[in-house]
Amino acid sequence: MTRSTASVRGLVDRYIEATGRADLLLEIGTEEIPARFIDGALEGLAAAARGTFAEHGLEFGAVRTMGTPRRLALCVTDLRLRQEDRVTEVRGPSRQAAFDAEGRPTRAALGFARAQGVDVADLEVRSTPAGDYVFAVRREAGRPAAQVLAEGLPELVARLEFPRTMRWGRGDFAFVRPIHWVVALLGKDEVRFSVAGVASGRCSRGHRFLHPGPVEIDGPSAYVATMEAARVLVDPAARRERIRSQVEAAARAAGGRAAVDETLLTEVTHLVEWPEAVTGRFDEAFLDLPEAVLVTVMRHHQRYFPVVDEAGRLLPAFVTVANGIAGQAVRLGNEGVLRARLADARFFHDEDLKAPLAERVERLGEVGFVEGLGSMRDKVERVRTLARHLVEAAGHPDAAGLPAASGLPAVVDRAALLCKADLVTQMVRELPELEGVMGREYALKSGEDPAVAQAIFEHTLPRFAGDALPDSPAGTILALADKLDTVAACFAAGIRPTGSQDPYGLRRQALGVVQVLLKAGLPLDLADLVDRALAGFGPAAPNAEGTAPDREPDRASVRRDLLEFFSARLRTVLDEAGISYDVADAVLDRGPGAPVVTLARARALQEFKDRPAFADLKAAYIRVSGLGEKAPHARVAAERFTEPAERALWDAFQQAWAGGARALERGDYGAYLETMAALRPEVDRFFDGVLVMTDDPAVRENRLALLRRVLEAMNAVGHVGKLVGP
Amino acid sequence: MALSFQAVVQALDAFWAEQGCVIAQPYDVEVGAGTMNPATYLRALGPEPWRVAYVEPSRRPADGRYGENPNRLYQHNQYQVILKPSPPDVQELYLESLRRLGVNPLEHDIRFVEDNWEAPTLGAWGLGWEVWLDGLEITQFTYFQQVGGFDCRPVSAELTYGLERLAAYIQGKDNVFDIEWGHGITFGELFKGFEYEQSVYAFELADVASLRQWFEGFEREAVRCLDRGLVAPGYDYVLKCSHLFNLLDARGAVSVAERTRYLGRVRVIARRAAEAWLKQREDLGFPLLRRGDEAREAVPAAAERGEGA
Repeated sequence: MTRSTASVRGLVDRYIEATGRADLLLEIGTEEIPARFIDGALEGLAAAARGTFAEHGLEFGAVRTMGTPRRLALCVTDLRLRQEDRVTEVRGPSRQAAFDAEGRPTRAALGFARAQGVDVADLEVRSTPAGDYVFAVRREAGRPAAQVLAEGLPELVARLEFPRTMRWGRGDFAFVRPIHWVVALLGKDEVRFSVAGVASGRCSRGHRFLHPGPVEIDGPSAYVATMEAARVLVDPAARRERIRSQVEAAARAAGGRAAVDETLLTEVTHLVEWPEAVTGRFDEAFLDLPEAVLVTVMRHHQRYFPVVDEAGRLLPAFVTVANGIAGQAVRLGNEGVLRARLADARFFHDEDLKAPLAERVERLGEVGFVEGLGSMRDKVERVRTLARHLVEAAGHPDAAGLPAASGLPAVVDRAALLCKADLVTQMVRELPELEGVMGREYALKSGEDPAVAQAIFEHTLPRFAGDALPDSPAGTILALADKLDTVAACFAAGIRPTGSQDPYGLRRQALGVVQVLLKAGLPLDLADLVDRALAGFGPAAPNAEGTAPDREPDRASVRRDLLEFFSARLRTVLDEAGISYDVADAVLDRGPGAPVVTLARARALQEFKDRPAFADLKAAYIRVSGLGEKAPHARVAAERFTEPAERALWDAFQQAWAGGARALERGDYGAYLETMAALRPEVDRFFDGVLVMTDDPAVRENRLALLRRVLEAMNAVGHVGKLVGP
Repeated sequence: MALSFQAVVQALDAFWAEQGCVIAQPYDVEVGAGTMNPATYLRALGPEPWRVAYVEPSRRPADGRYGENPNRLYQHNQYQVILKPSPPDVQELYLESLRRLGVNPLEHDIRFVEDNWEAPTLGAWGLGWEVWLDGLEITQFTYFQQVGGFDCRPVSAELTYGLERLAAYIQGKDNVFDIEWGHGITFGELFKGFEYEQSVYAFELADVASLRQWFEGFEREAVRCLDRGLVAPGYDYVLKCSHLFNLLDARGAVSVAERTRYLGRVRVIARRAAEAWLKQREDLGFPLLRRGDEAREAVPAAAERGEGA
């Protein structure tokens, strides 16, 4: 031990003694964990640690997790070295039942004491609001943290959850990958336990090749530095930034700049323990392949960062991040792999162009869509029908959202016919993530109208969270038609996303529908769209026995589920727009509606809640809703009014409605709500002066109808009863 | 001097034999992967320890490219290793085998990148990695979790080296047909003509009606054999069905719905073969369990590895 670590140890010892606290390190050493699991695993580790400490009454400072492909580490500061003492009190029988007249314990008291494991003489009498009772009080002295952790940490490891786990060797223990070592240190002391047949200790391991063999960790505070000396950067944030700066520097040296994709950066961070950027080049001749092909091959398949010039055009170079080993062999090897992949892509590209895109449409009959719902060719026809309807609906004066485009119906129909044709090209079979991109490319090269080509591409948007949305009118229509059809088809076939299971990406697609409608400003109602989409599946088909089953009730529940599904997606959009939960509840009360309108209503309500008039509206609503909610929907007959206050409310309401209806039509929901709030004095006078539930049924019914009418008007923007406050 | 293709095989044979593997031979029925050789598919089942290594010529009719594509083949060669139970140092053993081939991990970037394996026709799946050598996938590394629909207890580690890729890399060749097999004879000399002919057959000539008919016949024969508890001929017919399906698929003769049905039919008979094999071994009292004990006493070092986690 060097003098400096010795003196650090001395300091640490004194600190632990003085405070009764120490830092904790837990490192689980494994075979290579899938990159996509690591962030989740580290979050899970932190949460599980907090849970374990809380459960065992161990106070702690800060929890931090770190990790690499070969290790998950937990660092906790200032963990109390002893559990808090625990006092448990259990109430027993009442004082009268526990002691007889002479003050001797009864059988009830004896039984209770025995059951609680305390001496009967130690039972305590306490007064409670319900009278005097006996209590068994047990005081458990806190145990040393080291002891508690020796039991708690292996449980914690066993409880960690991963999307997929495996067994290995003869063992039954399931983990993300086999465990090879465990480091557990409380201060400088080892916490001894065993998990998956591996005994804990202070020995970690360094980089697989650069620092093979055991690495002794002195204590939690020495962890990061000790591992760095063993060629492992344990902190993902530090690794990420090192990779970023290395990649950027390498790209500059190659005469350009790096196109750093954050998703790829995250993945690469979790593929290496000791990053080393390596620059490679490829033949310039490949640059005439579509850029998306080059980028996909480099980024998705090889995890390379492409290099671009000032204008963002690809240069024939890439940067790869190796795990600690960089040199001539690594560069040459990677260049060779990329060369082979690009040669393949060139082959597919040239083969695909031997026939025009339109000739591939019929082959979609061989490509399955959703089990039981026919082929992609069938889907194309449904999308065409749905798109035709959407063009009409979008062109309707009520939905003048799309800019008028000449020839739009023809462009949409052609694009709808061709939009899936790239699925049967060699390039998309090999690189499925290029769906749409290749469709556009091949459409252009087949001489299709550029607007058709663009719509083919845009119909796939958005492909992932944060992706672009369609810009062109035809692309907008087609994106809606395709996604509506997919979501409706799956629901009709009984496929619903559950928990983390969503194999067809239905949540993303339904959210896409909402986002596209909002971006295009198309005030189309989702209830209508869902009906149109479901119509694409026709009346129930006869089953194998040749009888047509009655599926209509089924259809109604599919429709209801679909609307709920869209409401849930719209809710996330409202949430992101800063709409509070109660306002979202209020506007979604009657379903998702037209997202454009629903969002506008939500914004107006949110804003209105801060105005003084909100209190008036809410107060009036509360009075009206009591009877109005269950009142039947009926015509209000002015001739049946008997009291001035009811006539006054009716007159005021009619006047308010005349102006309010115009405000609603303009979309001026704020003005509308003000108008409704202004009814409060008449509402108050009505309830102060009129007995609604009078004996005369005709008068009573009429009053109820009036209340119902007023209530509905109040809820026109959003259900006022769902709004919290004032 | 870079290793020839046959020298790569010899080096791997020598290395894995030292690790206690039986050096088996390729199976003599067409297979799509080394996993389908009974030395893997059947032996991975049940509790008996097992270590085996062998080359498996693997036919993938749909991957044929008339011998024109430098990287794609109708038939490629896998080097297959099964270590059952998977030893704790299986990754180190694998890396050591690469060193034997002259691949120094201090000069090359070797990485284990997640890749999970599934063979729906075999009712088999496992978790593991593809191993990258300077960005090139050279090996599929899998911990079997299920085979034939049965949980693997113990778990086998399966290492599948892509021999052509590895040899091309070692020899610095861009084109698979330029690989030197041995004594100056190239891979192209040996196989290029076959690649062309098999591609013509698979894509253009194969008679769909006959293939379908044979599938039906072989499927019936598999069932008849397995009904009598005859695993070996029964499993042969399972493999033949699987290959016929691959041919039909390459020929473009299988629709989507049919595809699912064909795969399901192969899976059913493959599972029956697994079942029959397990029963047979159980009736024999799992003989290799006892042999395993003797081996452990005789070779303590190998026994250490055989213990598993």
